[in-house]
Order: sequence, then C-alpha cells, then structure tokens
Amino acid sequence: MSAAHKTPNIERHTIAVLVDNEAGVLARIIGLFSGRGYNIESLTVAEVDHAAHTSRVTVVTSGTPDVIEQIEAQLRRLVPVHGVTNWTTAAPGIEREMALVKVAGTGDKRAEAMRISEIFRAHIVDTTHTSFVFEITGAPDKIDNFVDLMRPLGLVDVSRTGVAAISRGPEAM
Amino acid sequence: MDRDETGLAKADTVEMSGAEMVIRALKDQGVKHIFGYPGGAVLPIYDALFAEEGIVHVLCRHEQGAAHAAEGYARSTGKPGVVLVTSGPGATNVVTGLTDALMDSIPLVVITGQVATHLIGTDAFQEADTIGITRACTKHNWLVKDVDDLARTLHEAFQIATTGRPGPVVVDIPKDVQFKRGPYIGPQTVKHRTYRPKTDPDLGAIVRAIDLMANAKRPLFYTGGGIINAGPEASKLLRELVAATGFPVTSTLMGLGAFPASAPEWLGLVGMHGTYEANHAMHDCDVMICLGARFDDRVTGKIDLFSPDSKKIHLDIDPAQINKNVHVDVPIVADAAKALKEMLHFWKTQKRKVDGVALADWWTQIDHWRAKKSLSFRNSSKIIKPQYAVDRLYELTRGRDAYITTEVGQHQMWAAQRFKFEEPNRWMTSGGLGTMGYGLPAAVGVQMAHPDALVIDIAGEASVQMTMQEMSTAVQYDLPIKIFILNNEYMGMVRQWQQLLHGGRYSHSYSQALPDFVKLAEAYGGAGFRATTPDELDAKIMEMIDVKKPVLFDCRVDPNENCYPMIPSGKAHNEMILCDAEETAEVSDEGKMLV
Repeated sequence: MSAAHKTPNIERHTIAVLVDNEAGVLARIIGLFSGRGYNIESLTVAEVDHAAHTSRVTVVTSGTPDVIEQIEAQLRRLVPVHGVTNWTTAAPGIEREMALVKVAGTGDKRAEAMRISEIFRAHIVDTTHTSFVFEITGAPDKIDNFVDLMRPLGLVDVSRTGVAAISRGPEAM
Repeated sequence: MDRDETGLAKADTVEMSGAEMVIRALKDQGVKHIFGYPGGAVLPIYDALFAEEGIVHVLCRHEQGAAHAAEGYARSTGKPGVVLVTSGPGATNVVTGLTDALMDSIPLVVITGQVATHLIGTDAFQEADTIGITRACTKHNWLVKDVDDLARTLHEAFQIATTGRPGPVVVDIPKDVQFKRGPYIGPQTVKHRTYRPKTDPDLGAIVRAIDLMANAKRPLFYTGGGIINAGPEASKLLRELVAATGFPVTSTLMGLGAFPASAPEWLGLVGMHGTYEANHAMHDCDVMICLGARFDDRVTGKIDLFSPDSKKIHLDIDPAQINKNVHVDVPIVADAAKALKEMLHFWKTQKRKVDGVALADWWTQIDHWRAKKSLSFRNSSKIIKPQYAVDRLYELTRGRDAYITTEVGQHQMWAAQRFKFEEPNRWMTSGGLGTMGYGLPAAVGVQMAHPDALVIDIAGEASVQMTMQEMSTAVQYDLPIKIFILNNEYMGMVRQWQQLLHGGRYSHSYSQALPDFVKLAEAYGGAGFRATTPDELDAKIMEMIDVKKPVLFDCRVDPNENCYPMIPSGKAHNEMILCDAEETAEVSDEGKMLV
C-alpha cells in the first residue's frame, strides 16, 4: 500500500457511479483514477438496466476527505455519468462482496476448514478428496477474516468480486 | 406523419453518406473555417469538401499547427475551432493541441479519420487507438462505428465542446462509415442523455458573496479565463461590478483583457511573474473574489502560505474546481456572466455599500506597493532590452485593431506583464500546458477569423522553430501575421532557472545554431526584418506593421536578461524578488522539486 496510508486522515469510501453503458466508459473511470493518482481498492461493474442502457460501477477508494470530494466531483464531470453516490458519507449503505476460496489439504486441516466454513455460512461449490472451493458472501471484513483463517489450513487461491453496495430503505441512488 | 421511436418525423431526415453528413453537420453548426490535413482515412470527407463553397478549409503544414490554429480561431471569436485530420499520425500529432485546449478550456471539435471498422485492432496501416490516446486529453470523445449514429454524435460533439466548461472533443470516424449512407438529422433534434452542465447560480451563494464583499476591509477581484469564455457580456458585467465597488482587480494569464489595463483599479498580472502590488494584495486581502480562475500553482505560489487571512469566494462553471487546490468559503458554480449579473443585481437592489474608510486605507497600501514599480528594468542605449522591445511594440500598435498571441517562456511573461489589453479575446497564449510553438499557428487561426486585424505573435527564437512550418500556411492564405521574435539565442526561461536554481550551469539551453530568420522569411515567401540596436527598433516595427505579408521579425535582444519580478519556487506571494535584488534567491530543496 502507498505511503498515504500512514497519514491519519486517510478514509476508505465506497462510491457508486451510474453510467451510460457505452463503449469505453469503464476506461474513462479507470483512467481518471490512474491519471489523477487516486487509489482503487476494488471495482465492480455490470449492466443494471438493459432497456435504459445503464451500468453501475462501484469503486472502493481511499484518500483524505479533500481527495474523496475531488474524486466525486471529477467522476460527475465525465460526460456519460448519470449520478455519483458516496455510500460512506451521503447515505447509509449496505456493502457485500462474494469470494471463491480454494483450500487444499487432508486430515485434520480439511475437517477444520469445513467446520470454519459452516460458522461463516460459506457454501461448498466444488470438492475433491484433497480440496474444497468455498463460496462466501458478506461484508469485505468478513471475507478478509475467512481468508485469514483458511491460510494455515491450505489456502491455495482466492477470487473476490469486489464490493457491491446499495442504500437501505425504499429510495434508489 | 410517420415517426420513428425518437418522435422525429421520418420525412425530416435526409439520406446521405457519412462523409457528406460531416460537411452538412459542420454547416448546420455554423462552421465557416476548418483547419486540417488530408490523408488516407479522411479521403471521403475531403472529397465531400472538394466542391463545398460554404466552408473554407485551411491547409496547415502539421496537424499540431492545425490544432493551435483552431485554438487561436476559437479564442479570438468565441466560436468552436474545427480540425480535420487523418488516422494514425494525423491523430497523434493533434494530441498536444488537444491537451493545450483541455488545460485552457478552449472549445475544439476535432474530426479524425480511422481505419475501416473491420480493420480496427489489426495493426492496420496508419491505425492508432485514437480514442484511447485522446481519452485523457479531451472533454469527451467518440468512435462512431455506425453511420446511423454519426449525425447525432457530431451535434453532441459541438454541444459538449462549447457548453459548460468548454474543451476539446474528438470524433473518430472509420473510413467505411464515411462511405456508408444513412439518415442525417439536424442539431435541433439532438439532446444528450446525460450531459447537463449547471449554469444558473445558487442565489443563496450570491447573497453570501455580496455579504462578504460589503463587509470587506481589503477586498480583491482575482479573475481568470472563465470571464473570457463566458463571452463579452461577462467582461462588461465585471467592469460594472468593479465600478460599483471600487475594488482592485488582478488577473491570471488567461484572463487578461477581461478588465481594461488602463482602469485605475487594475493591478496587473498575478502569480509567479505577476506585479508586486497584485501578489501582495493577494497575500494580504481579507476577501478574495475569484471569478473564473482555478487557483493554479503558477498563481498561488506555495499553497500553504497562499493568502492566509482571506475569506474566499470562488465562481467557476466546473464544480470540480471548487476546493481542489484551495478551500473556499463561498462556492458559486455557474456561468460567469449569469453569476455576475445576479451579483450586480443584488448589490444594487439591496443597496449594499462598501466600507469606504477601510477601502481607502487598502488603496493607500496598494499605492505603496505600486511605488515599487516592479516591472521596471535597466534600459540600455546599446543593446535592445526585451522589455523595451515589448514596450515599443505596444506603443506603436496602440489604438490599432490588434490581436496578440505568444509562444511560451520569458517573452510570454514580458508580453503578459507589459502589453496592456483593454478588451477580451485579444490575447491568445498557452497557459496551462505551456506549449512552445503555440503562437505562430494560433496567429494563423486568429488572422483567418479577423482578416483585417493586426495579428502579432510575440515569440521566442526557440519556441517559434517548433511550428515554423506554418509560415507556409500563412503565405498560402495571404495572412499577414507578424512573428515578432525576441531573439536571445537561449531558451530564456530555462536559462533563467538554471541561473537561479542550478548554479549557472546552462545545460543545453543555448542554441549554437540558429537560422537567419530574415532569409527564412523570404524563403517562405514572407518578409524578414532584423533590429539589433534600440535606435532602429521603432522604424523597423513600423515597417513590419505596414507590410501586407507574413513577417518574421528578428529582434536581437540582451541574451542575459531575466524576467522579473518573480516568486521563486516554493515561496509565498510576499517573498518576491525584484530586478534589483540579489539574483541568488535561496530556494529550498522542496522548492527545487516544483516545476
């Protein structure tokens, strides 16, 4: 991680961007982050309304409050952007992430991995005599914890989706 | 009547080729001049242009020249500049012009040819990822793969380039799309799905701003290119607001001309090479009214020492400029003309008054700073001082219909400090990007728009060689531009920094070989002049003005002159060095890191 993380007022924010689903729109967003030196901790993107031709990008980023304000303003400046919402400041949001976690091993370690997966309500989506693939969904912290616990039990591979976020209550973003 | 899903009457659409659509869209957008260079991937568009009488095409000698010419055209008219170039190298050569226009908020519509859609991604001849390359240096760009989208895209391109904060856009059109036929729609039927720039000010913010202004003891207007971009009305309203308040005014490089330099409230340029009075007023003011400027590092100097005791009002059309470099107390996101109109309206209807006693004290302080005469220099009777040359050029062109462009460096700063602009759109310079080679092609663009005006590029001998080939364009179109070269044989600003910051080690900043600019002018078919002593300067300048040809004027100036006053890197506004000061200003290691 960059030196900026040592500065005390670095904050982690989850920002949703609703965009027109046109060619190159993701490159515009990523280019904005790299060009201006902002961090991307995770990023997810998918079409959310086929008829309206819109996609939703969820970015987890970090920076000082000034930098976060700039990130939001710069995102709003992109022509195909419909709207930007900061779930960390503007609205109480729910964040979820999914991960596929592969653990290889036999004997006690294998039994322990399975026991912990039950505590975390992870599903087993693939199994051999010497391995499991777990599917786990939850807040990013929960996935971090699960992965850390699997490490000594034979963790061999992790694939994470990045954060998806939505507001509580009846309103749209 | 039969209507399609957009509600557009089908009878209103005309079928034509993509290339014909480009020309038709330009005409429907009111375009009279375009700057370009043909090539394989734009041949169909050039073919459609062949018999076209409504549009004048200016054949530049390099695509960068075409882009800067379009910038000069745009900046001097308030209309968008239009560029037409081919794929690959044509597109990559306009990148400098695009970046320049993005930094200085100049509306450009650049149309690039692209290889045929089925060849994209195959490393075809003259293929480049134009959209990828120009994404970071345009306000927006499009690759049009379907001829049915072409007309709409072109109209959107003009809308985006010219509204909100203006900027450059690129429309990349594959060659097969130029040949294909499809329906043309006019500009009036096009409405962008997402793009809605905010131009009307929040009236609450306007009232908070005039509250601050009415209670100010040491107020200052700090104005920028946003006033110019908002049109002549904004400049007029600024003058009225200054007349109503009597507050002092300073301006960024891009904002020169929005407020008349002859007015008593004018303090001159602000920033690194700004006047002593402007910079001290910035440092000491208690209310700063920033209108259409963006707190650029060339203006602020060391950011944590910038105007420490002021409340700041910031008017900008671009919300991303608010709180970017400097925290402001009253942000106003709006078009400058609309916001100034409301400020004046509320100031008058609420019968606001300035604090007259405090303002008189403030002017006394400012006069004390003015007495430093920070633009003074030691003149010589033997050698032409560059400052003297600019002063004479100004005096001898005063009262004429003059437009000034510049290259980048010392000559640019001397021009900005010393040339007195009374009107907006008369000053074309590369501010944000600092592009050497901007001024000559920009003068070509200005002269195309104003054929009878006196268009002068105040140039340096190093910068001007970067786009010298556009002299040929000027000759071809009978454009009597005057390239007034302050020839000091050095990259003067580089030499100055090497003297001040690098122990006088003049590493590769001296041009040991230079062309004979008089012969060069003649070789191009223009006229050449040379002045080497102060006493021959006036007569030569008058001759230059009278020649109805493009001119290269080789004005041999003192090679060792430095541009002062100056805020050294990493210093505050009240730590300026003047021309008589010790020239070994101490600059911290942190300061040396700054450009």
